[in-house]
This record gives sequence, C-alpha cells and structure tokens, in this order.
Amino acid sequence: MMDAMNMSTDTNPDSYVTDDGRTIGGVVMDLKNITLRFGGVVAIKDISFDIREGEIRAIIGPNGAGKSSMLNVISGFYKPQEGEVWFRGKKRPPMRPYQVAQQGLARTFQNIALFDGMSVLDNIMTGRLNYMKTNMLQQAIWWGKAEKEELENREKVEKVIDFLEIQHIRKTPVGRLPYGLKKRVELARALAAEPSLLLLDEPMAGMNVEEKEDMSRFILDVNDEFGTTIALIEHDMGVVMDLSDRVVVMDYGKKIGDGTPDEVRNNQDVIDAYLGVAHD
Amino acid sequence: MPEQLLFAMEVTLNGLMAGVLYALVALGFVLIFKASGIFNFAQGMLVVFAAMTLVGVQQGQVPFAHLINTIFGTKVHDFGWTVPTFLAIIVAGAAMVFVAWIIEKYILHHLVGQPDIILFMATIGMWYFMHGFAPLMWGSEVMKLDVGLAQGLNDPVLNATEALFGYGFFLDNLDIVAAVIAAILVASLVLFSQYTKQGRAMRAVADDHQAALSVGISLRFIWVLVWSLAGVVALVAGIMWGSKSGVQISLAEVALKALPVLMLGGCTSIPGAIIGGLIIGVGEQLFEFAIGPLVGGATQAWFAYVLALIFLIFRPQGLFGEKIIERV
Repeated sequence: MMDAMNMSTDTNPDSYVTDDGRTIGGVVMDLKNITLRFGGVVAIKDISFDIREGEIRAIIGPNGAGKSSMLNVISGFYKPQEGEVWFRGKKRPPMRPYQVAQQGLARTFQNIALFDGMSVLDNIMTGRLNYMKTNMLQQAIWWGKAEKEELENREKVEKVIDFLEIQHIRKTPVGRLPYGLKKRVELARALAAEPSLLLLDEPMAGMNVEEKEDMSRFILDVNDEFGTTIALIEHDMGVVMDLSDRVVVMDYGKKIGDGTPDEVRNNQDVIDAYLGVAHD
Repeated sequence: MPEQLLFAMEVTLNGLMAGVLYALVALGFVLIFKASGIFNFAQGMLVVFAAMTLVGVQQGQVPFAHLINTIFGTKVHDFGWTVPTFLAIIVAGAAMVFVAWIIEKYILHHLVGQPDIILFMATIGMWYFMHGFAPLMWGSEVMKLDVGLAQGLNDPVLNATEALFGYGFFLDNLDIVAAVIAAILVASLVLFSQYTKQGRAMRAVADDHQAALSVGISLRFIWVLVWSLAGVVALVAGIMWGSKSGVQISLAEVALKALPVLMLGGCTSIPGAIIGGLIIGVGEQLFEFAIGPLVGGATQAWFAYVLALIFLIFRPQGLFGEKIIERV
C-alpha cells in the first residue's frame, strides 16, 4: 500500500485515495477534443475528458447522446474526424480495433457479442489469445512450452470463472444461456485479457433488479480486487451514481457535465437534460 | 464365402478409396465455410490451379508462355530444367498462399459485411476468372502429373485376400496412399483448429466478427490463413486427382461431386466431410453394383445427388453440421 502511494505521488501529483481506500492514479486514457461525424450528423462534438488509473468512470446521458459512439472511438471501432486519443502517455496513431485490443483494452458490447457456437470456457479463453506465444506446431501437439502456457492461461481463466461465479456453466455452449449470464460471460472474456482499461457498454441493460445488483457488485469487486480501470456507459442514473468515482454527462453529442456523482447531480444542465426542460 | 459377398466387399473397399478423394475436395469447402461463412464455389478451380502449378513448376514450364510468345514473337516454352518434386510441391504450396493473399486483398476485403450471397457470387466470379487464367498461365493441354506416388495394383492386398478367401481384391496403390495422406491431413487440421491459438481465433472469427476484433484478432490475417489452408488442401487433392486422371481444366468438375458430400456431412464439420465422402464413395459403388444392372447402369452420375436431396429433406444441417442453437 505504501509503495503504491509513493509511486503514484511521485509520478502524478494529483493522485488521491478514495473514501473506501482505493488509490486513484494518473491518467490512463486522455481524450482531447474528439469530434465524430457520420455524414452530416455530428455524433460527438468536441469532447474532452480523461480516465484515471484504478477509477470507475461513467459516461451517462439520455438516448442518442453519443455515449456508445464515444466508447467505439476509445476502442477503435470508430475513427474520429478530429481530436486525439492519448493512451498511457502516448498519442495513439490510427489503429484497427484488434490492435487497440492488443494494447490492453478490453470491452463488452451493448447487444452482446459472444461466440455462440463455442463453450463458455472457450469463449473466455479467446480473451487470452494475445498471451499465447508458442508456435502453431507446438500447440497442435502440446509439446514443450505449449502445454505449460495453455495451463497457465487456463488457470487465469478459471480464476475469472470463479470470480464471476459461472463455474456451473463452463462447458455450456454460450448460445444456450439466458441473457443475464451471457452478459456475465462477456465480462469474463474481457477480464481474462487482464486489460489495463475495461470498457463496458451498458452492462446492465435489459436486466432485472436482482441481476443489476449482481452486476454492480461484480463491477465493484473487479475494480477493487484487480485494480482494473473501468469506463462504463449506463442509462440508469441511480446505478451509476452509486458505482462510479467520476461521471461524464453527454447530451446531443456534447459534454454537459463532468465530475463526482454529487457534483454532477447538482449540475443544472444535467438536471435539465434528464428532466427534459426546454432548451432556450 | 459366397462370391457375391466377396465382390461386394471389394466394391466397398474401392468405394471407400474413391470417397477419400471426394472428401479431400470437400475438406477445402468446409475450412472456408467454417471460418468465414463463405461457400467457396471456386474450390474446384483452386484444385486444378494447384495441380497445374505443380506440374508447370516441376517441368520447368515458362508461365504465360503462349502470351509472351504472341506479344513478343518469341518461341519460349520451358526453361529447360526440371525441379525436384519435393521442391515443386513447396513452390506450388507457396503459390496457393499467394493466391489466398490476393483473394483477401482484392476481393474479400472489399466485401466485408456484405450479405453471404454477394460473397458467394464473388466466388463464382473467381471460378470463371481462374477458368481462363489457369490455362493462360500453364497452357491448355492435358498435363501428366507424376510425383512418384505408388501406382497400380497393390500386390500384398491381392495376395492376402487370395490366401484368405480364395479371391483376390483389386486395390489401387494410389488410392491407398491417398487414404493415408487424407487421414494425416484431417488429423492435423483437427489438432490445429482445436488446440492452437490460430485455430481458436479461426473459430472465433467464424462466430462473430465484432467480438473477434474486440479480443484482438485480426480478421485479415485469419482470412488469409484460412484461404491458404484451403489452398494447401486443394493442392493435396490436386495431386491425388491429377495422378489418377491427368491434369486439365475439366478436373474442376470433381468439385461438383463435393457438393453432395457437403450436404451429407454438414458444411461446418471436418469429420463430416470425411464421413460424407466415404458414404458417397461407397454408396455409389454399391448402388451401381447392386441396382445398376437393373436400370441400365451409369447410376454414378446421379446417385450422389439424389442421396443428398433425400438428406436435405430429413436432416438439412447434414450428419455432423452444427444445429443452430437459438433462444427464442
């Protein structure tokens, strides 16, 4: 603990410790003046914000505010026309999504993208693909380092499976699972990659109250135990305010608020956007 | 043992061997279908192209000789050397990888996200393109392919069965070699797709492109890989068929026989392609043997297709095809 604090104070003067004792470090992801257009439609208009190490950062806003577009910019699925993405202190050149993933960024999708024909275990193992270094031949005949490597990766995956309490379905083909469990498997696959930044696109969409509570608990636990930096998009204000350290609020592609949940809650623009007060 | 039964056994064995050759072609289809959902109509052309390239390289032919001669008024035909078989196979294999790369770069890459039917049409286009391109490159005469595989009657089998049943089975050595090579090929493909990182990535890409990207898989790499594998399988099939019946463009039509094999085995299953091939091979030989004389013979021309049709009615996903799991 001492070490971690020293390190963070050295490299980043404004790191701090939260009320519940987690250390929030320096900036991992810095988005500078991002503008994204689809033809004539401006989905994101000149937005800047940062994500710090170890924090849970939420992006909220009404429908069509551009939240998912923002997440897609961060994960490389969309290329912004203007603005810069800085990741771990370096400006990110234009990249394909798979290259972004290889840099240590994992994500889930709003409408679940899993490999339906594969088992839960195999799905989660795909999260470890970038950690496998032995060659094809060795892997095919389980020779030498390949076996050790596979076992190491399996161990990591089993840990994630235990953590998310999905042991009972590990051999089930994903296509057969109910919605809530699929969401959990998707989170597991992202976690298996041990990402330095985890992006969650509406992790609680379409869930009932109980499932939402479970998911909230998992998100908090992941952040707490593994120290994973998490950026999430959510619709449900209540959930977000309880979960996150800092919140960005978007409306019509613009940033209308940024700060701690309390600050955001008392922001007049945010209240207007959510209560639907006429813009004048 | 009654003579009829012995005949039937011999026919069955020969059917199995013929089935292996069908299965080899079907295997190329399955690989591509599994990984990209594309039904590659041009697989048969890949087989021919691979075989022609192999013979061309082996005999030291100048590629596009006819074209060069027409344009420049020269009279080149071959380099005047022959390349050792082993080396020629490697060169032909490399050529197939190159073809895969070209296909990805200039065709598939531009069709990402298009409906399957568009991709299917594109592969029909590839078929016709290669139908013209292959003879342009290597000439249109029937080429003799000889990579030193054993040919002719297999004596040990003949003698053993002679001693055992008093009736010698006729089996072609080439067929036996083909069966062994096919077995090795299938085993390694299964190992590859189940246990290697690239195999897992391949299955992932087959399932969901977006999700594959999000875990760091490059779609382009996987596609080139899969088409290369299909090209190498085509080369093996081309060697077998070519050794048996010579290499010419009409060889591509053996690929049509692979279609009923796929219907039977299921488009997504590697073992399915093999079993399907064997069933068709044995089925058409036995049918010809038993029923053929009653209907005037030549049942081989249609038996496989009728069998496939019947299968389509009762088990549309094939014997081993993935049943689509979907929650409603």
